[in-house]
Amino acid sequence: MQLYRSHVLVCGGTGCTASNSSKIIDELEVQIKEFKLQDEVKVVKTGCFGLCAEGPIMVVYPEGAMYTMVKVEDIKEIVEEHLLKGRIVKRLIQGAKADDVDASIEESDFFKKQLRVALRNCGVINPENIDEYIAFDGYKALAKVLTEMKPEEVIETIKKSGLRGRGGGGFPTGLKWEFAARQENQQKYVCCNADEGDPGAFMDRSILEGDPHSLIEAMAIAGYAVGANQGYIYVRAEYPIAVNRLNIAIESAKEYGLLGKNIFDTGFDFDLEIRLGAGAFVCGEETALMTSIEGHRGEPRPRPPFPAVKGLWGKPTILNNVETYANIPQIILNGPEWFTSIGTEKSKGTKVFAIGGKINNTGLVEIPMGTTLREVVYEIGGGIPGGKEFKAAQTGGPSGGCIPASHIDTPIDYDSLIQLGSMMGSGGLIVMDEDTCMVDIAKFFLEFTVDESCGKCPPCRIGTKRMYEILERITDGKGEEGDIEKLEVLAKNIKASALCGLGQTAPNPVLSTLKYFRDEYVAHVRDKKCPAGVCKSMMKYVINNDICKSCGICAKQCPVSAISGDRKTQTPYVIDQEKCIKCGVCMEKCPFKAIFKNV
Amino acid sequence: MKSIAELEAIRKKTLEQINLRSTDKEMRIIVGMATCGIAAGARPVMNAFVSELSKRNIDNVSVTMTGCIGTCRLEPIVEVIDKEGNKVTYVNMTPEKAVRVVAEHIVNGRVCIDYTIGEAEKE
Repeated sequence: MQLYRSHVLVCGGTGCTASNSSKIIDELEVQIKEFKLQDEVKVVKTGCFGLCAEGPIMVVYPEGAMYTMVKVEDIKEIVEEHLLKGRIVKRLIQGAKADDVDASIEESDFFKKQLRVALRNCGVINPENIDEYIAFDGYKALAKVLTEMKPEEVIETIKKSGLRGRGGGGFPTGLKWEFAARQENQQKYVCCNADEGDPGAFMDRSILEGDPHSLIEAMAIAGYAVGANQGYIYVRAEYPIAVNRLNIAIESAKEYGLLGKNIFDTGFDFDLEIRLGAGAFVCGEETALMTSIEGHRGEPRPRPPFPAVKGLWGKPTILNNVETYANIPQIILNGPEWFTSIGTEKSKGTKVFAIGGKINNTGLVEIPMGTTLREVVYEIGGGIPGGKEFKAAQTGGPSGGCIPASHIDTPIDYDSLIQLGSMMGSGGLIVMDEDTCMVDIAKFFLEFTVDESCGKCPPCRIGTKRMYEILERITDGKGEEGDIEKLEVLAKNIKASALCGLGQTAPNPVLSTLKYFRDEYVAHVRDKKCPAGVCKSMMKYVINNDICKSCGICAKQCPVSAISGDRKTQTPYVIDQEKCIKCGVCMEKCPFKAIFKNV
Repeated sequence: MKSIAELEAIRKKTLEQINLRSTDKEMRIIVGMATCGIAAGARPVMNAFVSELSKRNIDNVSVTMTGCIGTCRLEPIVEVIDKEGNKVTYVNMTPEKAVRVVAEHIVNGRVCIDYTIGEAEKE
């Protein structure tokens, strides 16, 4: 048994892999051999740590020193200074203070307020090694369930915990399992929604890449609770690393007899298969997802009957999100009271958020329900870059809405967000600042849903397109009197009549931005102005000749040669508005800040 | 794997190896590992600590390295720090002394006075 005195954990999530973390791991192995440390230091490829803005991330234990933005060229120094001589390389540590040898991952502002339940193993274990999962109590919950609990008791436990669906709907998980369990004497199925279609969301991806066994264990527990022996994981094909790690995990679980026939000698059989998505957002909707698994085009169908009664191939099926499942083993091991002690009255536990947009610490965080938006933006998120003003935060992706600055002290939970006109969604949180145009944002999300509409029902197929056309005109400076009212009427009708969640929630970004930022819409339509200076048709770049020093840098940088002037004769420089493509490079490069956005 | 006992065995075995991935420790053992320390033989001392702690299944103590502590003639130097921050500095360490420090100081809370810097300075 090899005993190492130090473990170097390198993030192997998709984000860091795209930044060469695999090459970093290779270089580490090379340098460690060079310095003859191969029997003392172990290199481990783990899942996502969450601080994606500073990747590639590398954590060295036992110190817990977190190295950020690691480059392959830094590795020799880290191995020689830290691993060999014990001197932490301070310049590469996130937020290192002057003499803080401790610079430990747990002291970091980013991690201090987090409570990692679903993400507990991400960044800690090697996801391709089932033994490491087992070391941190893996499969203990399954063992407990199969040998000490009856199916009804498992369902009771999940009901008591108050766990609600983390895919966005927030439906009580225990209740869903109970509906399926009640269906008698039939082939039943357990499914996992790993389609994660929301743009910018990668919570589920990180769990799949960093801790795939937690999903396998939870699905087996679910199977036992409802009476199913077969499970399907529907994962989007755009997640190759996640699919690969899932495959490895399922193989290892089968090898150990944790999947298959007669698990732990209790007579319980459970098998798991992966089904790949093919790029359709609508296949994240439960009935469309099941239709896709059955081999048809992913289209939703009316409910009732709900999948728990009639799902895959007409049989009782439960479908839960990856993050919902990731909480199950811990609830079984620690008890439902532990889970209810976290969070708010009606929203128990934690939620994983993928924070993006105008924020310093973009990445993945897991926080107890009830944490305020202010804490997320300013403490965990590190504030807005450039010291800009916070304007709003969008939650729920294309199905959600925005929370304006006036509500920044809202505690985040299912019900408080719905009250504000938004929704929790799957966990995408986009932060926007004073330079964001809310009409443009609504248009962005609607463009997505129009593209992804399956086309089955007219309200969505036709309605969303008409809404999008109105938004296009508005942002193009061609808004007409009555456009805003038309948007509102369309939105209400689509919400009331669309067949599935995609259509029913597509108008949300528009309704939400209208609710809090109506003045921006009015400015676009009535005054033909974009207050944030984003909509290109309604803004122009102008050179202030009083400040301009005729240096000519802007003209050189302009990609379409729209700027004229003469350095030698000191003629002031002027932008030809006909040629200008509003790219903004001139303003960025002007050393005298003489170029402005004129709205 | 057919039994829970087998699961438990894998858990125990692997946990011993990856246990150091946590910074929540009761005591810290810091081994001076600068050039002077390495030259004086700090590596075997460090490895002796690691393996003795593992043998005794002690998982709430971390073993880390540091640079030059200053008194190079007394290397290998090891500092043992408890939760309250009380520090004991052991000097002229060897792998054999490391084993004794684990047994007496870490497990039983009795400082090995004759290995400390205080004793060494007296001479």
